[in-house]
Amino acid sequence: MNTIRIQQGPFDIGAEIAALSAKTKDAGAIATFTGFVRPDDGLTSLTLEHYPQMTEREITQHIAEASTRWPLLGATIIHRIGHMVPGEAIVLVAVAASHRSAAFQACDFLMDYLKTRAPFWKQEERDGAVQWVEAKASDDTAAQRWRSE
Amino acid sequence: MTLLYFAWVRQKIGRSEEILTLPAGVRTVSDLATFLQKCGGGHSEVFADLRRMRVAINQEHCDFETVLRDEDEVAFFPPVTGG
Repeated sequence: MNTIRIQQGPFDIGAEIAALSAKTKDAGAIATFTGFVRPDDGLTSLTLEHYPQMTEREITQHIAEASTRWPLLGATIIHRIGHMVPGEAIVLVAVAASHRSAAFQACDFLMDYLKTRAPFWKQEERDGAVQWVEAKASDDTAAQRWRSE
Repeated sequence: MTLLYFAWVRQKIGRSEEILTLPAGVRTVSDLATFLQKCGGGHSEVFADLRRMRVAINQEHCDFETVLRDEDEVAFFPPVTGG
């Protein structure tokens, strides 16, 4: 019931929710998170690279761990790589469960783990100059709260 | 063993992959980093400070004290920034 895709091109959020819903007919709730490229401080584009063999493995493990914590019926994770500009969707996490609490929490959990464990790296472009994005301590702190619970 | 590099680690070293026979005296990832730091060029710069470096062996996150085998795929990269 799980879908994991790493892709260059855009995705259709509505179509992905409909596809997850069609596969999880008993679900009473689907919670989704979509991340978009922000135009912060004059950012003109983002380029993402990843470690292909490891990415799917990590995400599969994250979904398996989420499934041990909450009664999930299915999940879809789509992460884009390559070049994208402000306003474009970069990541989608959709989680189906019987009730909203499990769906919301698992969605939050999966995003925190994607941010801190999945092997993706962002490069930002501003005024023609590119630089690698530094990891944020706040993302580590957010992921850490799932460990102490 | 296969060494893989990503993001600025790849750029500073100037390649994404290299094949190496486990050098004599190298037991852990930390030993390997010390060995690579002595290789000069981009390797020396990248492996001089391991605080900004992360490592995975055979596609699993691990720490620098993990013991290596010659058939391992060892990846060095900065802290991840996806999502």
